[in-house]
Amino acid sequence: MKIAVCLKRVPDTEMRFAIAADGTSLDSAGLKYDISDFDGYAVEIALRLNEQQGPGEVVVVALGPDALQETLRKALSMGVDRGIHLQADPVPYDGFSIAQALASELAGQGFDLILFGRVATDTGNGMVGPMTAHLMDLPCVTAISRLEIAAGKGTAHRELEGATETVTFPLPAILTIDEGIARPRLPSLKGIMAAKKKPIESRPAALGPVRLTVDRLELPPERAGGRIVGEGPDAVPELVRLLHEEAKVL
Amino acid sequence: MADTFAFAEFRAGAFRKVAFETVSAARRAADATGGGTVTALAMGAPGLSAKAAELGRYGADRVIVVEHAELARYSPEVFAGTAAAQLKAGSYRAGFFSASAEGRDLAPRVAAALGQSLASDITSFEITADALTARHPVYVGKAIATLRLTGTPALVSLRPGAMVAVEQSRTAQVETAAPALDPASARVVVTELAQRPAARMDLGEAPVVISGGRGLKSAENFKLVEDLASAFGNAAVGATRAVTDDGWRPSSDQIGQTGRLVSPALYVAVGISGAIQHLAGMRTARVIVAINRDKDAPIFKVADYGIVGDLFEVVPPLIEAVKRARAEHQ
Amino acid sequence: MAFAGVDFYQMDGLLSEEERAVRDTVRAWVDEHLMPIIGDCYIEGRFPKQIIPGLAELGVLGANLPEEYGCAGLNNVAYGLIMQELERGDSGIRSFASVQGALVMYPIYSMGSEAQKKQWLPRLAAGQEIGCFGLTEPDYGSNPSGMITTAKETKDGWVLNGVKMWITNGSQATVSIIWAKTGAVDDPKSIRGFIVPTSTKGYAAKDQKGKLSLRASDTSEIHLEEVHLPKDAILPKSGGIKSPLSCLTQARYGISWGAIGAAMACYDEALQYSKQRVMFAKPIGATQIQQVRLADMLSEITKAQLLCLQLGRLKDAGTMTPQQVSLAKRNNVSMACDIAREARRLLGANGILAEYHSMRHMANLESVYTYEGTHDMHSLILGQEITGIAAF
Repeated sequence: MKIAVCLKRVPDTEMRFAIAADGTSLDSAGLKYDISDFDGYAVEIALRLNEQQGPGEVVVVALGPDALQETLRKALSMGVDRGIHLQADPVPYDGFSIAQALASELAGQGFDLILFGRVATDTGNGMVGPMTAHLMDLPCVTAISRLEIAAGKGTAHRELEGATETVTFPLPAILTIDEGIARPRLPSLKGIMAAKKKPIESRPAALGPVRLTVDRLELPPERAGGRIVGEGPDAVPELVRLLHEEAKVL
Repeated sequence: MADTFAFAEFRAGAFRKVAFETVSAARRAADATGGGTVTALAMGAPGLSAKAAELGRYGADRVIVVEHAELARYSPEVFAGTAAAQLKAGSYRAGFFSASAEGRDLAPRVAAALGQSLASDITSFEITADALTARHPVYVGKAIATLRLTGTPALVSLRPGAMVAVEQSRTAQVETAAPALDPASARVVVTELAQRPAARMDLGEAPVVISGGRGLKSAENFKLVEDLASAFGNAAVGATRAVTDDGWRPSSDQIGQTGRLVSPALYVAVGISGAIQHLAGMRTARVIVAINRDKDAPIFKVADYGIVGDLFEVVPPLIEAVKRARAEHQ
Repeated sequence: MAFAGVDFYQMDGLLSEEERAVRDTVRAWVDEHLMPIIGDCYIEGRFPKQIIPGLAELGVLGANLPEEYGCAGLNNVAYGLIMQELERGDSGIRSFASVQGALVMYPIYSMGSEAQKKQWLPRLAAGQEIGCFGLTEPDYGSNPSGMITTAKETKDGWVLNGVKMWITNGSQATVSIIWAKTGAVDDPKSIRGFIVPTSTKGYAAKDQKGKLSLRASDTSEIHLEEVHLPKDAILPKSGGIKSPLSCLTQARYGISWGAIGAAMACYDEALQYSKQRVMFAKPIGATQIQQVRLADMLSEITKAQLLCLQLGRLKDAGTMTPQQVSLAKRNNVSMACDIAREARRLLGANGILAEYHSMRHMANLESVYTYEGTHDMHSLILGQEITGIAAF
């Protein structure tokens, strides 16, 4: 199958996290970037589908500055065949603007599947996949936790609150991939070397107008100093009293 | 005077709690912009119209009901197409969806159909004639972004539980409409909806979450957590990653950076030390209680109330005390 | 939590994209496949054989040898980073990779015939053959020129006799590179290398027991009793002590990087602990004594990193000298020993448990201090280089 995976380069915020002086973005000093977690699952699924179903092509597509190429190369070193870098610096917050750039790039290229991660770990919106699907008039299933493809059709599981949906759809389709579906493989060192020779095309992103912007980025409010109500079982009556009278949650 | 729109989620014969939150938000937005009409759209199997008037209790002036035998289950193309058509048919300042599992699938499609952007998963908003600003947790809860959305209608989806549904008396006028496209033509078909055998409430909906960590020492001891949840009556049971990795609890119970993000009114952390990746999943809870025998455990820094002690000695009397308190104050 | 490395002087910016990718990949592999099992392996005194296929598939065996022989074809900085990340896990695992790559595959590559290269290198890279390097003898450690293992030429080939000791991978090896004298026992110029399949009659390997260091590694004696080899078992381009020493230079280069990995592991563990461990109502990282410890560790790691990076660039440029490697091996292993010990001390009582890594590294590094040229031998190598006078 010819599969496109749309991925996002996101900062790794486990180690360093500070807000920049301008108050609207992260302080970039010492920030490392990587493929957004859920997009990694999507890449893995794409590679596995072609491993199981016979040879095909996997292409990764992403928006970003020049430094994005290193992230695309990581996908190439996992086994992806080629990359498409849509130049955008900065990448807008507005998912609809991004979806328009992706739809414009992907249209008419004959992909059997276009995969996204369910949600990006920086912006946490999960909207670019379904928006792109609408713009391309392709069937779309989001938040897939299990996937099977056979003879031009797909079956997927989605988790709702307290229930699991089974969904069928025809190909070509756009899918967004949830966690737990597959662990992304580590690139092998030979894969890293082979990636150097794989092509990455680079061109400006045809972004749509931007209507959603970030006014401010702040740390979450420090929870006002809590208190230790007491020690051991003797503190229980006081806790229950506070929960009822003060916090009003009981 | 600005009219607003709300999509009210209906499943298994009843409106979900998030439907009331959504309508309530649309009401607040209409009132904030001069007091216009709130129109709610509900879609589902026949029988839905009998319940539609409920939405008036949360501020809907009008409820458009789309009933069809094939709409017992969510169908993305039909729901999105119908919601988009209804939004286009009126002149709405803003449209509200829930960022529930269904809403997260539905809202982006509707936005794209309207050529608008979407402020998703917001925890609060302010609206004027020209702009809507909203707050949204980013970087897995490590920061809060204040977003500005322009364009009309301004489309948003609300983080479940973040904005309380406010009751008010209103008589909603119920109208029926047809789906904008024939359900039989849908390419994506839900063939099955399997309810998970849950005696418990879902983590995302429960007003109270009781969570257990390594301090419980074994899978069997989780009974204490379950009993405390039962004592509260309206609680769901969560777990830390350490405990789900070890297989004591299913991974769908995991609360944290790579698991569920919850915003309950009350979160009780039992035997949980408070690793950063766990805090990311629950720090927006309104009230946090921690029970841990280590007074230096990081969880006490975010807890509003803490008890330092052996959870095996604290939780049993707590279960009894909660049961008594509920009986007294019911 | 995933290991984040130590990079106080932003050296990541001095690495190529590919070097960073290699390092990050091996780091993630160690987190996933080695860290969960290494504590138990060390206590039980066994090398985790089950990781060999994974290591091979990752491509770390002979990683700096060419692709045409089934290897990854990486440059020497990338190779060094691999050793660093493996030893961040455990010195025994890095020893396995060093032996396989630098002491078995390298001599075949640099001194073997084309037929030997084609026969052995791809299989060694794939972990289908495990190799070991037979140089050291019970009475000839620092002075390998004095070895008494002999290889007598016969009309059909060679006959080897002798004993080798302290041989890593010895008991699990399928093939051994044995160094033996073809001439008189006092003629080091007659030292030649031989490829010896370990199934050959007369070859016996026995694990050395009772080790308190490098416990997750096989260390063996090898007995060669009338081992008959065909003519083509000899490494044709080998000759003199410089042949095995050239292999050791390769291994020592990797060890210089490896020591940094062990040091980083101990420093990171000590740092995290110092922030969490509370005593006298504050974290122990708030005390001056521990801050001085941590500052000293960071300084030594940073210096060692810059040392190795330049060493690697020289190696890639083809100008690296064995004495430059001696300086790095000596310095880096010594500083890693100190850091491991100081980290162990910072960890207090917890530091004696296998659940924590520093004491395991501390014990391992004593072997690393001694093998591949003891610390003292490297002092003399440098001394001779600097003064022109041999003081051995």
